[in-house]
Amino acid sequence: MAVTTAPGRTPRTGPAGPRPTRRRAGRARLGEGLAGYVFLSPWLIGLMGVTAIPMLLSLWLSFTDYDILTPLSEVRWVGLANYERMFTADPSYWHAVRVTLTFALIAVPLKLAAALGVALLLNRAWRGVGLFRSLFYLPSLLGGSVALAIVWVNMFNRDGAFNSFLALFGVEGLPWVSDPDWALETLMVLAIWQFGAPMVIFLAGLKQVPTELYEAAAVDGAGAWRRFRAVTLPMLSPVIFFNLVLETINGFQGFTAAFVLSNGTGGPVDSTLMYTLKLYISGFTDLEMGYASAMAWVFLVAIGVVTAVFFSTGRFWVHYSDGDDS
Amino acid sequence: MTALPVARRRPGSGRNVLRLVVLVAIVAVVLYPLFWMLGTSVKSQAEIVNNVGLLPEVFTPGNYVDGWTNFDISFGRFFLNSVLVSGLTVVGNALSCLLAAYALGRLRFRLRKLWFTVMIGTLLLPGHVLIVPQYILFRSLGLVGGDWPYLPLLVPQFLATEAFFVFLMVQFMRGIPRELDEAATIDGASPYGVFRHVILPLSRPALVTTAIFSFIWTWNDFFRQLVFLSSLEDYTVPVALTLFIDSTSQSAVGPMFAMSVLSLLPVFLFFLAFQRMLVEGINTSGLKG
Repeated sequence: MAVTTAPGRTPRTGPAGPRPTRRRAGRARLGEGLAGYVFLSPWLIGLMGVTAIPMLLSLWLSFTDYDILTPLSEVRWVGLANYERMFTADPSYWHAVRVTLTFALIAVPLKLAAALGVALLLNRAWRGVGLFRSLFYLPSLLGGSVALAIVWVNMFNRDGAFNSFLALFGVEGLPWVSDPDWALETLMVLAIWQFGAPMVIFLAGLKQVPTELYEAAAVDGAGAWRRFRAVTLPMLSPVIFFNLVLETINGFQGFTAAFVLSNGTGGPVDSTLMYTLKLYISGFTDLEMGYASAMAWVFLVAIGVVTAVFFSTGRFWVHYSDGDDS
Repeated sequence: MTALPVARRRPGSGRNVLRLVVLVAIVAVVLYPLFWMLGTSVKSQAEIVNNVGLLPEVFTPGNYVDGWTNFDISFGRFFLNSVLVSGLTVVGNALSCLLAAYALGRLRFRLRKLWFTVMIGTLLLPGHVLIVPQYILFRSLGLVGGDWPYLPLLVPQFLATEAFFVFLMVQFMRGIPRELDEAATIDGASPYGVFRHVILPLSRPALVTTAIFSFIWTWNDFFRQLVFLSSLEDYTVPVALTLFIDSTSQSAVGPMFAMSVLSLLPVFLFFLAFQRMLVEGINTSGLKG
């Protein structure tokens, strides 16, 4: 797959001087080893202080009843109580899991389908492609913001733009965002609206498909659909895989729009209680930070498992052309 | 990205016209919410309820004034706060990620492979998982709601914790010929000299991409700012916007839309100025093969 290259990056310095002697090379290597750690040190400090230690702290907290108000030294160890409560005694937890899975299972495939569909439409060299590509990409830049979420909620209100559009066809709309059966769907539409980012990646992938394959398929009498199935999809499968993993993990983490729609409650009737929102409410509204930590760890493990499942099933459908006999 | 000259057809054939019509229709649907937002931001209160079309009958720019002064603290302050946070985040990310990328991508030292693997591992680590312990740690250090309430937002950015940018820069540096490093080394340059005189100047495109993305992402970021900022005068734009939602009265819709439009303006300007780079940046970083 394409590796980043920069234009105009041809080396200008030509002659390679005599190689340094072994001794000098050895000393240089020692210096390089030290320099390596000097350059790496901010990252290492960050890894320890901002990532690793908080992760361990969070693991420990998940076995305690810590709320932010009591000092850390007086925290009570509660064993697996948080996990037990999560899995057996907190229906809204399971509800959040269900909401998150529903969101990801529906929004991600539709978003990727839209991205691929539009990418196929754009995949021709003609003037104007660049403009379309940019315009489709714009929502991906704006869509994650609070501002856009506000717009979305108002658009799908009872007297929002969407219902006035439906009225053109004589259909009377619902107050979508305050209807528990439809609120999550409006968030899905917002996610799908941002199909531009995966589309751009699809477009780059499509550029890599050798045209000879299409020509060969056409010579063999394959129609458009057959060429898509037999050439485009397999050749594009690494990019589809990449987008699928990325978008699924992003989909699990949707927060902003759900927060704005429900004013931080996950409503109406918990219908937009995304996992991260549930975590936020537990940790920062109810101040049950031990419980929220347990939730965070289950989330982490779940994302790890989902990623592992993707990678293990990827073998069966992701086609890498290098080292292949095709 | 240069378009391949293969399979070029002259526009005008029926299929191409159809394709264009479909694309224009999709563009219209995709851009509609943005135009609707713009239109609503200049509608009067009565029109917001009665006229859901794109254009206002009476142009009401007063919403912008009302929104700007809607809270005890002017929106200008929130914008300044956001600029400060986003600007410093850009500096932090560009600096610290470049240092880490140079080490991981270019230098030989013990355990380099291990650290590289760890860095890749943190790429997919969701930020939400770490928010509770980070909050506790920063709070115990007295940094939450302290004299400088933005430290919890900024410290991680100066420690190269955005693995995405480290990865992007490592990938970019692969395109810089190693002969340049070697030539400089033979001329007596230390690894620091190579960094200063070879890598830093040649990494400008990667630095620009990092700067643009980290500005936009931080500008739009809500979760961390919501968690770490607690007093009104420290609020950034996204957090301040949610105050409009709290005041459930219908009368604030116009001003709320006006401020929403303003809040997206910097991102939109970045988009206009750097759209090529943005689209290509996501390409090169996305396709890691």
